[in-house]
Amino acid sequence: MKFPYSFPLTRAFSLYLGQIVFLTGETFSSIFLGRIRWRLVLNQIVEIGFGSQAVVIITGIFTGAVFTAQIFFQFNALNMSTAVGPVVSIALCRELGPVLTGLMVAGRVGAAICAEIGTMKVTEQIDALRALAVNPVDYLVVPRAVAMMISMPLLVGECIFFALTASYYVATRILNVNSVFFMQHMWFYTHTKDMVMALTKGFVFALIVVFVGCQQGLTTSNGAVGVGRSTTEAVVISSLTILMINFFLTMALNIIFPAGGKF
Amino acid sequence: MTSPAKNLIEVRDLRQSFSGQEILRGVNLDIPRGETIVLLGQSGGGKSVFLRHLIGLIPPLSGSIKIDGEEIAHLNERQLEPIRRKIGMLFQDGALFDSMTVFENVAFPLRERGERSEKTVREKVARSLELVSLEGQDQKMPSNLSGGMRKRAALARAIITEPACILYDEPTAGLDPIVSDTINKLIRRMQSQLKVTSIVVTHDMISTNYIADRVALLREGRIHFDGSLANLHSSTDPVITDFIEGRSHEID
Repeated sequence: MKFPYSFPLTRAFSLYLGQIVFLTGETFSSIFLGRIRWRLVLNQIVEIGFGSQAVVIITGIFTGAVFTAQIFFQFNALNMSTAVGPVVSIALCRELGPVLTGLMVAGRVGAAICAEIGTMKVTEQIDALRALAVNPVDYLVVPRAVAMMISMPLLVGECIFFALTASYYVATRILNVNSVFFMQHMWFYTHTKDMVMALTKGFVFALIVVFVGCQQGLTTSNGAVGVGRSTTEAVVISSLTILMINFFLTMALNIIFPAGGKF
Repeated sequence: MTSPAKNLIEVRDLRQSFSGQEILRGVNLDIPRGETIVLLGQSGGGKSVFLRHLIGLIPPLSGSIKIDGEEIAHLNERQLEPIRRKIGMLFQDGALFDSMTVFENVAFPLRERGERSEKTVREKVARSLELVSLEGQDQKMPSNLSGGMRKRAALARAIITEPACILYDEPTAGLDPIVSDTINKLIRRMQSQLKVTSIVVTHDMISTNYIADRVALLREGRIHFDGSLANLHSSTDPVITDFIEGRSHEID
């Protein structure tokens, strides 16, 4: 059947998807074969994980705060102000925490990965690696992928923790929600499976950010203009992919971890 | 035990094209061990592309490339690694890793090949930097080096593992005559001290006259001339005389 391949856009998309799949396969094959440079992994954990904390914490605090305020304004009119805690908590664990962390990390880390690898590509540093018999996937992609897979779930957890702390503060200190009811309802309706869902999503988003960033970087051409274009594309593609994959991930994970009830 | 092939590099009918434009149209070239061959040609004539084929950075469209008797034309990245360990390459702009100091750049190939003794690494880096007259510059970042120093640091990185062959891509391009002369002397020193096979891509005739054992001229994707330096200078072929004397035939 020739139809879908007759469109250049379809062909370009298939080609791009193929390249990402190939890069992912090569990276995981290197990881399973033990070609991991742990010193570089630690450097990347500091760069990616430790360095992203401020962004993620601030995002968490203000999202938790504003979301709590909005939910309170609506629920208070219905005399349901003590339901604010569980609603905010479940929304943060299942959706807002992982998605917002994913988007912030895509902007900060995805862009940095792409710009760094892209600059190395256009200045022949990647060719120099190859000429020195060092595989660029092993040296550049594997440490970043491992570091992202370790850091991202932790960042998601951190974002949710600070968002809930801010939520508690805003609800109980500013909006005068009863703190005992707030906490008790939140603990009662938030389950381990909600947290597992958050961490699972964080892990998947880590893969999206790292492989899109690396792929864009490794295929950069046309000097400084090309690096700028690749970096923009890396952020746009990974952000949109996170939003789209999130929907399908939610549907799939809801089968494994159905909302409501006890885990 | 098989004796090593006489020619370190054998290239047969090498073809390459990019975006429909033929760059190499059947290049044939043999390079014996220990020889310094200069590959001349106009800018954009495919010299650097040819050089990149010899270390597997570009896979050929067709043809054969043998390094030390082993066909490399169809090898993948992982299979090429043992071949690449035999060859050092000096890139046109040095291609130093800009996140590392000069020391870390030069030590990089050693560490990647499993050298764990810091003492050995320090000694070898010091010796390599001494060979290229860059003692005392080891803690500088590449961005703080001049063009000539970057090329010398890159050369130190290329020779630290003592490869059998070094590929030089425009080693004197963009350098002043004094620095160019230093680089030329370095290439000569590599040849006399390390007995390496050298392939130098350039369009610099001063450099050619100083370093070449043999000269090949690449023109329109083929080897137009292949012979000694004396034969090059005594040639009456207008293509060669124009190149040597720098005549363009453009009307003023």
